Amino acid sequence: MMKTCLVVDDSKVIRKVARHILETLEFTVTEAGDGQEALDRCRADSPDVVLLDWNMPVMSGIEFLRALGQEALDHRPKVIFCTTENGIAHIRAAIDAGADEYVMKPFDRETLESKFQLVGVA
Amino acid sequence: MEISDGSVRILAALLEARTGQQLAHARHWRIEAALRPLMAELQAVSMDALISKIVSGENARLSDRAIDALLNHETFFFRDIASFRLLDTQGLERIRVAREATRRLRIWSAGCSTGQEVYTLAMLIADQRERWRGWSIDIVGTDLSAQAIERAREGRYSQFEIQRGLPVVQMLRRFDQIEREWQVSDDLRAMVSFRTHNLLSSPPPGMFDVVLCRNVLLYFSAEVRGLVFGRIASAMPEDGVLMLGAGETVMGHTDHFVSDYECRGLYRKRIHAPLRPPVECAAR
Repeated sequence: MMKTCLVVDDSKVIRKVARHILETLEFTVTEAGDGQEALDRCRADSPDVVLLDWNMPVMSGIEFLRALGQEALDHRPKVIFCTTENGIAHIRAAIDAGADEYVMKPFDRETLESKFQLVGVA
Repeated sequence: MEISDGSVRILAALLEARTGQQLAHARHWRIEAALRPLMAELQAVSMDALISKIVSGENARLSDRAIDALLNHETFFFRDIASFRLLDTQGLERIRVAREATRRLRIWSAGCSTGQEVYTLAMLIADQRERWRGWSIDIVGTDLSAQAIERAREGRYSQFEIQRGLPVVQMLRRFDQIEREWQVSDDLRAMVSFRTHNLLSSPPPGMFDVVLCRNVLLYFSAEVRGLVFGRIASAMPEDGVLMLGAGETVMGHTDHFVSDYECRGLYRKRIHAPLRPPVECAAR
């Protein structure tokens, strides 16, 4: 059965690039443009993994992650941050908030695939 | 930019003579990209002109640099992570039990490129201090490329390299961020050593309980591959562990190794059954 990945990014271009890579990795892809929309998608679709941007309108990636932790979901998705915030302080903050992995943009297919393997969804 | 078939043949012959590696047709596209920096540096007017300079012998270092550029240095941390889990829980554990008396473990990463595989091994060990307490452990990385070995020793990786395969928790624990690069910690560097080594022309750099030779042998001809398997076998005790790349196998390539029946995905030396005594002796 194909795994599902929710791509959360306010940039349509980034979502399109990520979708293309993820489909070659045989994921079913859904999209959200901000953290609040992502939270709604998690409640409705129960994705296996979330690929999460940091800076977004309405609700940022880190706010989404904290909100996700408060949700009573049957199945908590793995969360991989995928952001241009590449400083060590941001990375530590993401891990402390419950992110399972971290990808610094720019990235390529192999990097993404290796991260999915690390969180056990590939 | 065009490169003539003649120049490709010259490069292929040079590469095979020095390294044993074959320049498969599928890799021809890499030649121009790999040699373009050298061409610009030497202000050669064409690829063919560059090849002429390389083979003229006017600069002895030039052919070394061209070969180095043609080698595939592709590697990353925890490449094929399932294989490393297998090595850790099965292969290393078997050796740990077998060497309990001496508490000495030697690991060789043959064809280690820029060092990610060697540091992966060091992390596996360092993460389990209690399990390996009191052990003397050597992790040796070798590669044909002096340039790759220099980078491996330095242990500094770009943002792109650091996140290929490396769990973020390991990155935070074992590396320091220096501007846009990541420097491996001193305690990990102290666990490993690197040296240049040619699998084809030099004897192995010692005896090793565990050997990793991953995504290297595929570039060799069948004959050279067999020779290298023999060299690796000579560097291992009977109960040693061999780990190949995820898509590689010993089957059909060598009689020196067999699949480890206790641990599929790893290999061990074939223990040749003693020859049957002649019938007349057996009858006595």
